[in-house]
Amino acid sequence: MAPAIELIGITKRFPGVIANDDVNLRVEEGEIHAICGENGAGKSTLMKILYGMQAADEGTMKIRGEEVSFSSPSEAIERGIGMVHQHFMLADQLTVLENVIIGAEPVKSGGRIDFENARAHLREVGDAYGLTIDPDDLVERLEVGERQRVEIIKVLYRGAKILILDEPTAVLVPQEVDELFRNMRDLRADGATILFIDHKLDEVLEIADTITVLRQGHTVATVKPDEVSAGDLAELMVGSELPTPQTTRSTVTDEVGLEVRDLTVLDDDERPVVEHVSVTVHRGEIVGIAGVEGNGQTELTDAIMGTRDAASGHIVLLGHDITTTSVRHRRQQGLGYVPQDRHREGLLLAAPLWENVALGHQTEPPYAHGPWLDRAGSKARTEEVREEFDVRTPNIDVAAHALSGGNQQKLIIGRELVANPSVLIAAHPTRGIDVGAQAAVWDAIRAARAAGMATLLISADLDELIGLSDTIVVMLRGSLVATLDPTDVTPRDLGAYMTGASLEEAS
Amino acid sequence: MNGTTRRVVLAVAAPVAALAFAIGLSSIVLLISGSNPLDAYGDMLKHASKLETQVDILNRATPLYLSGVAAAIGFRMNLFNIGVEGQYLFAFIVAAYVGGQVSLPAALHVTVIISVAMIVGGAYSGLAGALKVTRGVNEVISTIMLNAIAISGIVAWLITEWQAGGEISATGGRVGTEPIAGSGLLPDINSWLELVTRDIRQGKELTAVLLVAVAVGLLYHVLLNRTVFGFDLRASGMNPTAARAGGISPKRMIVASMVLSGAVAGLVGLPELMDTGFFPSNPIKGLGFAGIAVALLGRNHPAGIALGALIFAFLDISSGILQVTGAASREIVQIMQGVIILAAVVAYEVVRRIRERDEAASAAAALAVGAT
Repeated sequence: MAPAIELIGITKRFPGVIANDDVNLRVEEGEIHAICGENGAGKSTLMKILYGMQAADEGTMKIRGEEVSFSSPSEAIERGIGMVHQHFMLADQLTVLENVIIGAEPVKSGGRIDFENARAHLREVGDAYGLTIDPDDLVERLEVGERQRVEIIKVLYRGAKILILDEPTAVLVPQEVDELFRNMRDLRADGATILFIDHKLDEVLEIADTITVLRQGHTVATVKPDEVSAGDLAELMVGSELPTPQTTRSTVTDEVGLEVRDLTVLDDDERPVVEHVSVTVHRGEIVGIAGVEGNGQTELTDAIMGTRDAASGHIVLLGHDITTTSVRHRRQQGLGYVPQDRHREGLLLAAPLWENVALGHQTEPPYAHGPWLDRAGSKARTEEVREEFDVRTPNIDVAAHALSGGNQQKLIIGRELVANPSVLIAAHPTRGIDVGAQAAVWDAIRAARAAGMATLLISADLDELIGLSDTIVVMLRGSLVATLDPTDVTPRDLGAYMTGASLEEAS
Repeated sequence: MNGTTRRVVLAVAAPVAALAFAIGLSSIVLLISGSNPLDAYGDMLKHASKLETQVDILNRATPLYLSGVAAAIGFRMNLFNIGVEGQYLFAFIVAAYVGGQVSLPAALHVTVIISVAMIVGGAYSGLAGALKVTRGVNEVISTIMLNAIAISGIVAWLITEWQAGGEISATGGRVGTEPIAGSGLLPDINSWLELVTRDIRQGKELTAVLLVAVAVGLLYHVLLNRTVFGFDLRASGMNPTAARAGGISPKRMIVASMVLSGAVAGLVGLPELMDTGFFPSNPIKGLGFAGIAVALLGRNHPAGIALGALIFAFLDISSGILQVTGAASREIVQIMQGVIILAAVVAYEVVRRIRERDEAASAAAALAVGAT
């Protein structure tokens, strides 16, 4: 029997990057197939190609042995492929039934919606796959897990036999994950084929029949869960090449720069995403936080910076409790910030470079004199940043969007470090930038560390974490689950901790 | 063509192209409706070349400019203050009432009237800001509602109340609030203009509020570009999340910019108040909405808004003469105003893209040079 999906030699290039490079994938009818890989490994691009949202540059795609090419999702839906996105696309004010039929409304005479027919069809689908949900509930009243079920029912309602689930567990709490897995097994029993993206290895090993690992746009392996351990998978995901050991002398002092005590942070749905986290960063020390994205790192940094409220616990900067103070106050007290998304949180893309350098420090000299902006001072300081951090730009009056990603990042790092912060929160400081810029950023952070800066480094790049950090802590599902010494930890161990695999093995 | 020249040419090209397009399209409309476009434009230009018409245009441009600046302050913060209309009428009537009730020395009297107008406008607009930060109410919705409350609610009610209480007097055949004493009115500034021109005839008076408008424009420019507050405001408008991470409180900026926008909106009724001396039962309306168009045309830039206000004022004033000469229907100016806005928005976007591409190219060139 022909496989449900077969991808041969899929290649997709974007300007400057190859997202998928000769990817091969074979998904058998009626199996649960997991796609694993780090962020940026090309998983999402591959799914978008499969669902018709993007076109591959090269390669062949076969559905049940038949060669296809989709130019839009509706063509994929016609072939029985349905996708559940990580971010739900539901209208809160409508009922479950209404959400399910949007865009596929059965019509009776006079153009009216045939709700009776829709309701019957919804019940059929629900019964066939063992998914229960009240069709008349308002979506806004549903839990996250239930909303996800609505999304799944939505694609089944449209006749999908092949389901793509994009990181379905990312938004769920553990109990909801169990429920989802039960539903997935039921779906499989009833003949559906499921392709799902995940990078929590314990989950993958629990549910998948087959696992395909992507790394840097390539398919590196396709394995069966009973043939591999979580450790093996982690190694496949992150690669086994060890980082060059950093022989820099420890500059850790016993003066505390930042102390986070028993901090709990809630997300927008009031669920705890950071739970009882305590971590101390000394001056001259770099503490690295390892973790798969979405395990509370963003909310932790937001709470430390003050853009998100702490539900309980304390944040102490150089001995002063700053838990309830404003972002501006924290920055004035010497807290620097390299945000994880430079376009969203770091830059004013339409503004000139010198205004971007002033951002975050605009109340202080040399950027201001009292209430007045000091344009000359700002420009002079920006020239310094440009020199010192090698920001490649024709001049400092161009808008920030004109710079390449690496140069934008060097500008942000420069702007924060030139202010001599006592504590720096650096979230993915080298994400998406080229090797040269990466090395420059690392050097700058190391130099500031030697000068006594306390750094909390959040990164998905394990080499970076091991190479830069004096201490590594691992964050998983909102809690710190391990403290490791970077000198005797391998990326493979770290990967195991990050994905919860080591906890599984230990228990 | 070097970089600077190219930038200047691009900056000028957009409004010129928009204007040319508007003239072209209006000509077609005129031809279709059976008028000779050249006759119509000739009449408009001939009329505008007269000193007295120019005074009319400046008098008309003054409130349009203030209204444009009020809208622009909101725009710079990504806030759409549609409430300028209600804010200025409300401020107008309260300032007229207070001005008519007190008797003070000249400078102080005028200051009181202007301050009251700004405070009322600012407070009323601040209400929309407060609703947004405390209850999450979109400012477009709240200002539209506040417009209705101000115009057909408060102002209409006050007029009937005052009429019933006999506080509204008939002056020169017109009904309005108690006239403000001479000490509360700014004199015309004909003599200033006459320094460079001949005497102004036909009893035309150039409003002194023009000077207030110029001052507001300068303050707007300085506040926005030279102060930390202005930086915070622009940053919040460009990228609220980055501004937040940069220590700027979004709530504070929302309230502050709504209050400022409203305070400037409060001045929009001032030219009419200083001219008539009281709040008439049928004041000039629509200036608040026109201000949005003027700000759009002027790219929220103080000088651009001035140009936009002058163009709109010229067209407004021209509509009268078209009716007199019969060269075309007066409604053609409304078509022109609409087309200019539309064309300007398109032209600005095209120029923005060209500029962005230029900058990216030059930055890439710098990268290549640095790499070798």
